[in-house]
Amino acid sequence: MEILTEYGDQLVTAFTRTIQLAALSAVAALVLGTVLAAMRVSPVWALRTVATAYVNIVRNTPLTLVVLFASFGLAQQLGITLVDPKSPTSITDSSFRLAVLAFSLYTATFVCEAVRAGVNTIPVGQSEAARSLGLGFTQGLRYIVLPQAFRAVIGPLGSILIALIKNTTVASVIGVAEAALLMKEVIENTSALIVVGLIFALGFMCLTLPTGAAFSYLSKKLAVRT
Amino acid sequence: MSTKPALKTLYDEPGPRGKALNLIISAACLAGLAGGAVWVLSALREKGQLAPEKWLPFLTADMWRTYLLPGIIGTLQAAALAVVLATVLGILLGVGRMSEKRLMRYGCTVVVEFFRAMPLLILMIFCFQVFANYSLFPSTQLAMAAVVTGLTLCNGAVIAEIVRAGVQALPRGQREASIALGLGNGQAMRMVLLPQAITAMLPPIVAQLVVALKDTALGYQITYVEAVRQGIQAGSAYSNYIPALLVVAAVMIAINFALSQLAVTVENKLRKGRKPVVKAPDQQVAVPAL
Repeated sequence: MEILTEYGDQLVTAFTRTIQLAALSAVAALVLGTVLAAMRVSPVWALRTVATAYVNIVRNTPLTLVVLFASFGLAQQLGITLVDPKSPTSITDSSFRLAVLAFSLYTATFVCEAVRAGVNTIPVGQSEAARSLGLGFTQGLRYIVLPQAFRAVIGPLGSILIALIKNTTVASVIGVAEAALLMKEVIENTSALIVVGLIFALGFMCLTLPTGAAFSYLSKKLAVRT
Repeated sequence: MSTKPALKTLYDEPGPRGKALNLIISAACLAGLAGGAVWVLSALREKGQLAPEKWLPFLTADMWRTYLLPGIIGTLQAAALAVVLATVLGILLGVGRMSEKRLMRYGCTVVVEFFRAMPLLILMIFCFQVFANYSLFPSTQLAMAAVVTGLTLCNGAVIAEIVRAGVQALPRGQREASIALGLGNGQAMRMVLLPQAITAMLPPIVAQLVVALKDTALGYQITYVEAVRQGIQAGSAYSNYIPALLVVAAVMIAINFALSQLAVTVENKLRKGRKPVVKAPDQQVAVPAL
């Protein structure tokens, strides 16, 4: 109990950071992943190749390494810190934004694969009908294929979101003050190991379990019935 | 992985205008990519990261013997050990979840759901601290033990779900026939259901190996000697962080890519060979492993 009174405020701040990381990265990854999926099914050879290469490279890189690249490579070498250097909170902001960028780039590859799997489930007749109505590739994708594809892969997208929430803990490697970083600090200064472990476990379960439930409800509700 | 489009029917065979347009888009895309590459390279060059003395260390035995090889071996060791243990744990938990005994079923469900909801890093930090405080392992093996424990528990929970899905995809008649022949539940599971479900289970389990391999990099944070940590160490020793990270990334990507391909090959082999009782689960809901 003393742990809660001592670290209560910090816990709330840390988990808020975790949620922020997950939410921002989720949106960015969804957008980027959809674009990548569209590129992978497009008629243009170069777009297909580039997207395929990107997905295969980034998906097979450990996330820790992606985050470190964002920090060492982008920020320190290329000077892309994503913040105004004059702002007083520039250092924490920079690592936070770089972490969001890294998570988005990494998660987008999984979103891309899920969306592409969804596109494959759409019966051929759908896009044939779209073409016979005079819709071009982008129009057919936008109005006919993707809306149905998304509804088919809500379940997998939910698993990806849960994985993303769990993956935000990796941000601690570049010092973003989220839950795992706080846990490292707390657990070294206490003898109540199990209690600390349970608090953080509970915190993450509060995030992941409802997400899972919501997505499995949605995937049933929105499934395309044929 | 082929770059062939997933569905040929998403678009018509382009005519002369379409071909020209595709060519222009291709050219623009490649030009943009080349521009980006040139900019990154010139920026790195300005910082001196492309200088030969930053890259030459990778040709020395010392670099590999002291830094990279121990890291890569550490990564492979932890991942291999964890996957073997996780498979055992996963089969036990998966079978437990399908048990006739309610207590067993609920217990296993709680364990599986708990570890599926838990971030691996949190688990590793916790295990590390527990092992350290109660000195359960010799201090040199602490980080290794924590990494393997964390990986085993998390991946075990995932494999339990794979096992369950594999067995549940079997036709009901298989189990009914075994019971009719006088086999008990345990016997039916062990002798009839599991062996057949292996076909459907193997590819996702190989894919899980890739996940485990990538996740050993989390050991970085609890001082486990794995590839990423060793890359950073080498980077600070030779002050060439970027080249060191690039080399580590290349090695990891090569290993993981090979394993991903292996998973695909295994799947195709299994599908071509003996006719499986289970129809492989629909492609549509194939969740990419992550």
